[in-house]
Amino acid sequence: MTRSVRRTRRTRRTLQVTGAGAAALLALSACSSSDDSTSAKSDAPASASASGKLSGDVTVFAAASLKESFETLGKAFEKAHPGTKVTFSFGGSDALAASITGGAPADVFASASPKTMKIVTDAGDASGTPATFVRNQLEIATLPGNPDKVASLKDLTKSGLKVVLCDKAVPCGAAAQKALDAGKLKLTPVSYEEDVKAALNKVVLKEADAAVVYKTDVQAAGDKVEGVEFPEAADAINDYPITVLKDAPNAEAAKAFIALVQSTEGQKVLNAAGFLKP
Amino acid sequence: MTSSWRGGQGSRGARGGAPLPLLLPALIGLAFLVLPLVALLIRAPWRSMPDLLTSTEVWQALQLSLVCATAATAVSLVIGVPLAWLLARVEFPGRGLVRALVTLPLVLPPVVGGVALLMALGRNGVVGQWLDSWFGITLPFTTAGVVVAEAFVAMPFLVISVEGTLRAADPRYEEAATTLGASRFTAFRRVTLPLIAPGIAAGAVLAWARALGEFGATITFAGNFPGRTQTMPLAVYLALQSDPEAAIALSLVLLAVSIAVLAGLRDRWMTPS
Repeated sequence: MTRSVRRTRRTRRTLQVTGAGAAALLALSACSSSDDSTSAKSDAPASASASGKLSGDVTVFAAASLKESFETLGKAFEKAHPGTKVTFSFGGSDALAASITGGAPADVFASASPKTMKIVTDAGDASGTPATFVRNQLEIATLPGNPDKVASLKDLTKSGLKVVLCDKAVPCGAAAQKALDAGKLKLTPVSYEEDVKAALNKVVLKEADAAVVYKTDVQAAGDKVEGVEFPEAADAINDYPITVLKDAPNAEAAKAFIALVQSTEGQKVLNAAGFLKP
Repeated sequence: MTSSWRGGQGSRGARGGAPLPLLLPALIGLAFLVLPLVALLIRAPWRSMPDLLTSTEVWQALQLSLVCATAATAVSLVIGVPLAWLLARVEFPGRGLVRALVTLPLVLPPVVGGVALLMALGRNGVVGQWLDSWFGITLPFTTAGVVVAEAFVAMPFLVISVEGTLRAADPRYEEAATTLGASRFTAFRRVTLPLIAPGIAAGAVLAWARALGEFGATITFAGNFPGRTQTMPLAVYLALQSDPEAAIALSLVLLAVSIAVLAGLRDRWMTPS
């Protein structure tokens, strides 16, 4: 009897302890999830009143192809505005658009196609009209040294060649389809990848023989892949629009970041990465 | 199990058994688990549902999912049950370490599992390059690759479940069989297997369900191509980005399949030990 009483007491205590632990965890996660928005909110009015003095977090949702150049620009932004912190979320433009319309807290959205930007503007989540800040052209990425002698888009349709494309929902996939249509070609890839970096990395890992990606991705991958230009790419050039979001927790800093992207300095970084002028 | 559950209900009726600090989080926990599924039902586009579900892509994905999950479970059974037996019945140095290694895919993020599989079995992988040059077999971007990815993630569930049942089973039956002249393998086949069948069934269901829901390792290792490697979870993920209604419809199909499996195997799963 006494033993069972003691046991129940012990289980009760462990339950209390685990309960408290769970509560603490919940509180912690609640903190971290609301952290950026609250800090940004409390900072935003101060930064606005201090006229031009920016602070707080800026969250930028950007197409996967912008990764390298935007990370460079993010560091430049933090340097120019001490006290700010730029956080990026890179991914397929369609996935990012879906999470923005789903209520993800972000300040800036830079997408790889007007179509994915339209998802956000149609949902009324953009503030103002998006501006085109760069354009990007497709290129074929092959294994280093181009062992399969790929010279044109048509060469990719050869049987036995493992080609990966982006999924048609993603801008690079839609553009690749446009280029194939322009060349009246039919291509059956081994996989439709969820974003352009995933497609590129299948070639970097030598799992696929070739991928249709952006010129900028080929350049960013260095000597891990070899780029092959093709004339049909001219029919499938993507405009990249950028905008401040309506529910931006830190709209002032968001505007400043977009200004940096459109500035001569920003364009220099983007052009160096292989992007075309708007 | 059933008796204690009934006891709990009785004491709740007497307002003595469930103190508020426990009852409240318990109800929040229940709501947390059930609410998202209810939301899925509320937001389901019931009117356009027939059109969404009769498209060939959906059926392709569902068929592929069922075939691959079943194949992955079969693979897990063939190599997982002997592994569980080894862990439970044979003493060897480093057994704890081996058990930990077997459990690792259980806690490993599936995407990491996919990357690891690429490094091992990819065309340029540690083992994969030999498979390619000797037999011309490449696993990435194939249906077999999906099965491999799913088995890698799902097999630990089976091994852990079967090993637990083996440990709980009385080894004296096997010993009796061997003293009566049966070989150790015959004893395993004729005595142990029937004894632990409920545990194997439970483990197989767990592994099958895990394989059916597999996303990260599959998309990383096997890619995404309709009819070949695009399973239901991949179809749901990609549909969510272009056509949320289709994603909800696909999710409901997966939910229905999961409920059907749970209901069908409820008796076998709930009753043993």
